[in-house]
Amino acid sequence: MTRILPCGPAAVMAEVASTVAAEALAAHLRRLHLPGVVDLVPAARTVLVQCDAPAHLAAVRAALLDPDVADEPASDGVLVEVPTVYDGLDLVDVASATGLTVDEVIGVHSDTLYIAAFCGFTPGFAYLTGLDPRLHLPRRPAPRPHVPAGSVAIGADFTGVYPTDSPGGWHLLGHTAERMWDPQRERPAFIAPGDRVRFVPVAGRP
Amino acid sequence: MIEIVHPGPMCTVQDHGRPGWAHLGVGASGAADRAAHDLANRLVGNPPDAATLECTFGGVRLRFEQASYVAVAGAPCPVTVEGRVVAGHQHPMAVPAGAVLTLGPPTSGLRSYIAIRGGVATEMVMGSRSTDLLSGLGHPPLQAGELLEIGSPGNDDVPVEFAPVRPTTDTAISLWPGPRRDWFTDAAHRALEDTAYTVLPTSNRIGTRLDGVPLERRVHQELPSEGIVHGAVQVPNDGRPLIFLADHPVTGGYPVIAVVDPADLTLVAHIGRVAQARPGEPLRFRWRR
Repeated sequence: MTRILPCGPAAVMAEVASTVAAEALAAHLRRLHLPGVVDLVPAARTVLVQCDAPAHLAAVRAALLDPDVADEPASDGVLVEVPTVYDGLDLVDVASATGLTVDEVIGVHSDTLYIAAFCGFTPGFAYLTGLDPRLHLPRRPAPRPHVPAGSVAIGADFTGVYPTDSPGGWHLLGHTAERMWDPQRERPAFIAPGDRVRFVPVAGRP
Repeated sequence: MIEIVHPGPMCTVQDHGRPGWAHLGVGASGAADRAAHDLANRLVGNPPDAATLECTFGGVRLRFEQASYVAVAGAPCPVTVEGRVVAGHQHPMAVPAGAVLTLGPPTSGLRSYIAIRGGVATEMVMGSRSTDLLSGLGHPPLQAGELLEIGSPGNDDVPVEFAPVRPTTDTAISLWPGPRRDWFTDAAHRALEDTAYTVLPTSNRIGTRLDGVPLERRVHQELPSEGIVHGAVQVPNDGRPLIFLADHPVTGGYPVIAVVDPADLTLVAHIGRVAQARPGEPLRFRWRR
């Protein structure tokens, strides 16, 4: 059930029951290319739509309340493959905390097709949904002050890749050499909301 | 080229910012007082989105390598060229090659905008030259000794010779309901309208922090992070509201009780008035009806 919340004269927020529903609703609006929409911001339970003028809000409200929007992940997003070296500092700890072997952790993590639901934390940090419940773990008790850019990690029911060097409290499974964030690229974020994402295990440098 | 002889307390390059990237975690940024930025540009014949210098509390000293056409708008402050006081506020002026221009501390308000004909030509990042203090995008805050390129002016004539000074209005700032207004008590809704809130010195381009009657919540559950708009009045757990300005984060996990009207029918930009409020200054609000 979608609830419409007010957000000033030229924006509106839709609240839904789950992250997956928020992503589905955001994908629905992206496909419509409604006139006057400046920003479309999915989050954990909401989608914020910012327009350039109040006159565009009526069409946005109608689209957010469209009863035909499916509450399931969009399947038409760009497919992004992240070549990943599974050599993370927390790989062994994750295996022991989940009761899996290291190879099973890698297998479970790389066998899943994820959906990028929303960005947050730092520019280009995409929260990917679809993590296998066997890998759901609370964050580390204390965040690391420095996690290198390209670190592939899991936290709660999300997985993601740190786009830039930053502090971080997720469990590190490995790293990718792909540049996740480059503001001078036409597509600054390697992973954007709506993308489908797969981690492809590759061998590390000898 | 211009040389930043002294940047004052905080001087950044600003234009209309980079809207359209919030889904990647990048906010719009841009001039904190957009109306003042646009006016400064108009006075020197620049397009409204040309980059200006946003000077917080004056104290700026610039040396011009070539003769330039310059205007200052926003917080009114004394302007000198080669040590002589000039009618610099909201008047375009010719600055000769080699001359030094200074901005003293503003007599009211907080942020003054220096437009230079041709616009400041720092590197574009994601479609904008704006310094975003939160994401770190754009040219970093200006340092003494830096040289900045100036763009080549277009063929447009300078259209105006001066702009009448906008009267200072002490009417209340209009509030629209925010997405979580019903998370707050009726007493909180009334306090926001009936009492003044004082600007705190920890305010910056990210947000104006306020002190005053704490806004009490009716709903105490955790809020999953959600999108934030420019002008959102967010209430952290201590109940003291903050109003998000140009460099606001794109999402946040505290409830937003209200949204400051970006403009009203008299075309006074309410969010610009918030951006010009000094530490210690009281602000009054009124719910739109």
